[in-house]
Amino acid sequence: MKTIFAKTSGLTERPFHYCPGCTHGIIHRLIGELLEEMNLIEKAIGVAPVGCAGFCENYFSCDMIGAAHGRAVAVATGAKRARPDRFVFTYQGDGDGASIGLAETVSAAARGEKISSIFVNNAIYGMTGGQMAPTSLVGQRTSTSPYGRDAVTMGFPLDLPKILTQVEGAVYVASVSVESPQAIKEAKKALRKAFQIQLDGLGYSFVSILSTCPTNWGVDPVEALDWLTTKMKPHFALGELKTPALEGGSNP
Amino acid sequence: MAMLMKGNEAIAEAAIQAGCRLFYGYPITPSTEIPEYMSKKMKSSGGTYLQAESEVAAINMVYGAGAVGERVMTGTSSPGFSLMQEGLSYLFAAEIPCVIVDVMRSGPGLGGLGPTQADYFQLTKGGGHGDYHSIVLAPASVQEMVDLTKEAFDIADYYRNLVIVAVDGILGQMMEPVEFPPYQGRKLSPKTWAASGAEGRPKNNVISYYLTPDLGESENLRWGQKISLMKESEQRFSEYLMDDAEFAFVAFGTSARITETAVDMLREEGLKVGLFRPVSLWPFPEKGLSARLPQIKGWMSVELSSGQMVEDVKLIVNGQAPVGLCKRQGGMTPEPEEVVDAFKKQMLGRGQG
Repeated sequence: MKTIFAKTSGLTERPFHYCPGCTHGIIHRLIGELLEEMNLIEKAIGVAPVGCAGFCENYFSCDMIGAAHGRAVAVATGAKRARPDRFVFTYQGDGDGASIGLAETVSAAARGEKISSIFVNNAIYGMTGGQMAPTSLVGQRTSTSPYGRDAVTMGFPLDLPKILTQVEGAVYVASVSVESPQAIKEAKKALRKAFQIQLDGLGYSFVSILSTCPTNWGVDPVEALDWLTTKMKPHFALGELKTPALEGGSNP
Repeated sequence: MAMLMKGNEAIAEAAIQAGCRLFYGYPITPSTEIPEYMSKKMKSSGGTYLQAESEVAAINMVYGAGAVGERVMTGTSSPGFSLMQEGLSYLFAAEIPCVIVDVMRSGPGLGGLGPTQADYFQLTKGGGHGDYHSIVLAPASVQEMVDLTKEAFDIADYYRNLVIVAVDGILGQMMEPVEFPPYQGRKLSPKTWAASGAEGRPKNNVISYYLTPDLGESENLRWGQKISLMKESEQRFSEYLMDDAEFAFVAFGTSARITETAVDMLREEGLKVGLFRPVSLWPFPEKGLSARLPQIKGWMSVELSSGQMVEDVKLIVNGQAPVGLCKRQGGMTPEPEEVVDAFKKQMLGRGQG
């Protein structure tokens, strides 16, 4: 019998705790597959955030460090500078990377830290039960914007990957999503490139992934994919936003 | 051979000699010579210096380097130390060894650049959240800054705990002759817990959370045992003319230097006074101080703060003798004469002269 699909050795046997329809699981699998395919499991040090992915150290097969909220990139910097021979990545949500940890993200990018950040944007604070995120859309109802995000008093969603394209040390910035098999393939391609850029020592690589939160969006899993496609995607820059100059890339 | 060296630079050199390979910091007066020295010397010593974007980032970079098993240090001054408190709590819980230098300057707020010891509560009682303790070493000379900094790395690794070297701005800035003798370190276990890449072994997680209250309690009790062990084993103090003393001062760092002169002045007047100098602020050297209780008729804490350590002294003296306080605040230091006067007023009931 021919095996056509198997669970990747980049993930442990621990069952995910994520809600039904949440796409963290898909993103975890992509990373796990790349750790395996790129032969990184024994070489990788991952940094877990605080947020829904705060237990991801149990899921990836590599060594993991649990950081304080927002500090994953600083922790990863500390680890990578100590062990430049290791592959170091952060896995963070939108609150971790774009709100409380914004200074750490932008500063690490500016220094061109040779680490890779995976930034999962679901436009809401999932772990704490559905509060407004830095990436919540204008008009989006959350438990701390119960009448909808009002741009006048609560501001606008922050498009972090777009900001990072302006930062010289960030050599690869991609913004992808995981609502369809095609999108998942593209996401994996972007992650692979980000990882390779770190291995090549080119600088900071950052992949933003639009993700779902059916539980806190108050929709079912199928509707959540639709919400991601129709509501979220128009509000965020998508695609490979910045590629290394070596590839003839441009800085928009 | 002795050489003349500034306190902050001596600490940095001692750290490099102790095998510190990573330094992450953010400039702040009066500790800036530490990152400056590190930026000059770390590379040629085979290490890495990195200027962080903030003290918040710096302490978390320390967390990252410590988590992969390397010897790491940061140096800061009081407002920066405040910013690091969250990180200290995480470092304790994740049991990541590291060394932190706090060159204290006066507060609260932005305060001033003058010397102070007013971080005592924050240093010894835990400025971050949760039940934790840092080992806090308080040198009183540039030589002691060297010796204790070297030892701090071993203590940190031995207990997998954070160790803080706490000095005031005067000690950080002053120059004294100093030697760097070879250091005979402790016997230490390999860091098999480190998240350094799972080559040929099962994966390691270095984390600081527990999800269920029962696990939370058992972890806190386990840490509590470590705290008890450190409290039992790491008390340090030094004494000056204590053997026949009837009255005793308690002072550390710069205030101990000033008090030593006051002791000499009072001795010249025939008064039997001595100085008990805590070298570890946490654990407070309660065994050493308790041993002197039967002979001492009165204690006086001399501090560059509103009177923080005096609370610990009172806890140990426990009403068996009066406990006085001589203090200056906000960046000022007392003259030895002020200490002498305070002693006469509070301990002998005599006015000036």
